[in-house]
Amino acid sequence: MKLVTAIIKPFTLDDVKSALEQLGVLGMTVSEVQGYGRQKGHTEVYRGAEYSVDFVPKIKIEVVIDDTAVEKVLEAVVEAARTGKIGDGKVWVTSVDTVVRVRTGERGSDAL
Amino acid sequence: MDTGDTAWVLTSAALVLLMTPGLAFFYGGMVRSKSVLNMMMMSLGAMAVVGVLWVLYGYSTAFGADLGGGLLGKPFEFFGLDGLLGADSLFGKIPTTAFVAFQAMFAIITVALISGAIADRARFGPWLLFAGLWATIVYFPVAHWVFDFDGKDEAGNVIDPGGWIANKLLAIDFAGGTAVHINAGAAGLALAIVLGKRVGWPKEPMKPHSLPLVVLGAGLLWFGWFGFNAGSALGANGTAGVTFVNTIVATCAAMLGWLLTERIRDGKATTLGAASGIIAGLVAITPACSAVTPIGAIAIGAITGVLCALAVSLKYRFGFDDSLDVVGVHLVGGLSGTILIGLFASEAAPAKINGLFYGGGFDQLWRQAVGAFAVLGYSFVLSLALGYLVKFTVGFRATEEAEVASIDESEHAERAYEYGSLTSARGVGKPSVAAGASAVLEGSNKS
Repeated sequence: MKLVTAIIKPFTLDDVKSALEQLGVLGMTVSEVQGYGRQKGHTEVYRGAEYSVDFVPKIKIEVVIDDTAVEKVLEAVVEAARTGKIGDGKVWVTSVDTVVRVRTGERGSDAL
Repeated sequence: MDTGDTAWVLTSAALVLLMTPGLAFFYGGMVRSKSVLNMMMMSLGAMAVVGVLWVLYGYSTAFGADLGGGLLGKPFEFFGLDGLLGADSLFGKIPTTAFVAFQAMFAIITVALISGAIADRARFGPWLLFAGLWATIVYFPVAHWVFDFDGKDEAGNVIDPGGWIANKLLAIDFAGGTAVHINAGAAGLALAIVLGKRVGWPKEPMKPHSLPLVVLGAGLLWFGWFGFNAGSALGANGTAGVTFVNTIVATCAAMLGWLLTERIRDGKATTLGAASGIIAGLVAITPACSAVTPIGAIAIGAITGVLCALAVSLKYRFGFDDSLDVVGVHLVGGLSGTILIGLFASEAAPAKINGLFYGGGFDQLWRQAVGAFAVLGYSFVLSLALGYLVKFTVGFRATEEAEVASIDESEHAERAYEYGSLTSARGVGKPSVAAGASAVLEGSNKS
């Protein structure tokens, strides 16, 4: 199994979510996060003073999927989250040893 | 005694009292969520301390028999309002106690205004000490200079001399541009210097945590300000009507001026700018509302709105952390309103004096400038001295750790918004007095 983690622009969340639903991904965890990548932050002017905003608001999506679904999921997430402008985000994949469903005790792919 | 006048002054006193809780909202919304309560408590604390001092010796210091030169009233002539309670004790056509109540609110709000300069970092006890000292040594005498008019007999001879600005200099300050706003603004500048910058200022933005609270506060302040200005007519009469109208239009014009400045300089008209523009306009029209026509009021409001919007960035240039712009709004707005009287005063208004633009020459202009800078200098020097006195005796500022964590927690043991469901300190429901802190923490691992 794999954990797919995607950092995306907040307004693309709905598109990414429906793309994953269409692939049959049954669950996901979403969090509001802040950070920066190569583009760094940006500057803002407020009440006559300029500030640099280091951390930009982003959404982090985490889904655990079967090994066979990795390529399709990656493709779907990237396509839904891409605007072509800087700050579109990153997606990465990590291996997962096992998963347990708390209610039934099922393990592995059955628990997804 | 005139019952209509008395009713209006008593009503106005209540309106002006409401300004201080209004200020607590205005300032409270502007600070970060971790220091809202400390900010609000500084306003409430000013009410508590100054209200008591006013009745004890404050009124007497401001309005007692002049000790000489128009500088100070006799502090203990009316100690505890002694001798003012009888039905025959009148101030003009209203009972003296109604005037005492009305003026009490001015003393309170002036002290509370200062606290915006030292947001997020002042300890509560030392603030109360400063509030009492400052009211005694700065506000009460300055109120005597500005608000205590000579008492005259029927032939027009002075039988009870008052303050020097009101009677000798003859500067116009209808409701307190000098005594309230320049006074508080200069003190705010002094305290910002005494306490120093907040941790992270000016690199961190430190934006207002709740603009709706700021707008609520600005609304309450404007509402109360009708008592402040129109109430200063001390009667239900034409002067009250004119000052009331001027308090509307100058404020509207200042809001427009501030928003326009922001739109051009920063690209966006902000809610904070609208609220600040309201206050800047109210500050500027306070001394001027009896001396100008509504057209003059619009001019003073618009000029001051632009001026104050520009002035709030001075603190970045000079490096003093006047956190909520007491200097940019009250000092600059107070100076603007007080001095512009010298230009825009018109005989058509109740004060019946012409300024420079109405053919009156420079006469009123220099009087206004002298009055404004006299109060500025007196307040700044003594506020600096009192601030350092508090700092080097009991200490004024919270520790860096307390400031970064939350001054609400360290000074008041409360948070404004208890949203977290994960609690770190569960009690056992026993009174803490006998048990002490350790017993409260016992058993917190159970359940």
